[in-house]
Amino acid sequence: MARAAVRGRLTWQIAKVADVVDETARVRTLVLDVPDWPGHAAGQHLDVRLTAEDGYRAERSYSIASAPGEPLAITVERLDDGEVSPYLTEELRGGDALELRGPVGGYFVWDAVDGGPLLLVAGGSGIVPLRAILRHRRRTGSEVAVRLLYSSRSPGDVIYRSELAEPAGGVDVVQTLTREQPDGWTGYARRVDAALLGEVAWPAEQEPLAFVCGPTSFVETVASGLVALGYPPTRVKTERFGATGGR
Amino acid sequence: MDALDGNAIAGLLQDVFGNEMTTAGSVCGHCGDERPVAELVAYLRAPGTVVRCRTCASVLMVFVEVRGITCVDLNGLATLDPART
Repeated sequence: MARAAVRGRLTWQIAKVADVVDETARVRTLVLDVPDWPGHAAGQHLDVRLTAEDGYRAERSYSIASAPGEPLAITVERLDDGEVSPYLTEELRGGDALELRGPVGGYFVWDAVDGGPLLLVAGGSGIVPLRAILRHRRRTGSEVAVRLLYSSRSPGDVIYRSELAEPAGGVDVVQTLTREQPDGWTGYARRVDAALLGEVAWPAEQEPLAFVCGPTSFVETVASGLVALGYPPTRVKTERFGATGGR
Repeated sequence: MDALDGNAIAGLLQDVFGNEMTTAGSVCGHCGDERPVAELVAYLRAPGTVVRCRTCASVLMVFVEVRGITCVDLNGLATLDPART
């Protein structure tokens, strides 16, 4: 059937959960098996749809955590008052079905040809699409210089912790833990502010490309901070996840 | 209700327009602000989906699903220009 090869209209399809990986106490990665998955770009997301027995439907979007070419995966944070995330992070098991459509999104994407240097700034679960970008960079052998600034509440909230502890060559990871730090912590210990950005961000003269993802207020603080540092607004890409999660 | 951005409606837009639209250029019909659709302010389940200008908050797009049909109101936009990528 040629349907999957046709660009344009999206169709909802049924995926099967191939594996589940707990990243933190509240965050789980779902590895998915999607028939005829057309591939995706780093930074894209997909839409998930749950239908209850009475026909009630809930749709949510989740960033793709895997690089193009890797098994498709999404990473989901459980929101206490969530309608969908508690099911995805606590109920869904390997072998279960999940309805989704995608990949979608053409703005918050990075490919090696887009160059750098790259500044990736993540608040909480905003790290998900940036991790796909990092993995894609490593898989393509790109030598673009990267700085990742990642804000989390506490050590237990750091998603992909072991992966980020050993970044690829050319990737500099800077963390800030805003509520609780381990003994001997040498990283930042406060919310990202203009001064912190000034210390971490590539100088504007290097013509960096920035990707900022996380809660809405976080993204807005960071994006305006980068513009104030001289980044052209067209070189600051933003993706807002809403008020909850990561703060 | 959380203020998101145009990225959050990428799937809806592709469903309605048949193409990737978050990189499309938008021009606000009220204040003339220009930016990619991805950077507009989006409210989901408003009820319906409401997209506003980031500068002046004017309503630019409204999407409401009624009995399986998506009703689209783009009156607030002066221009919607799909990118040539």
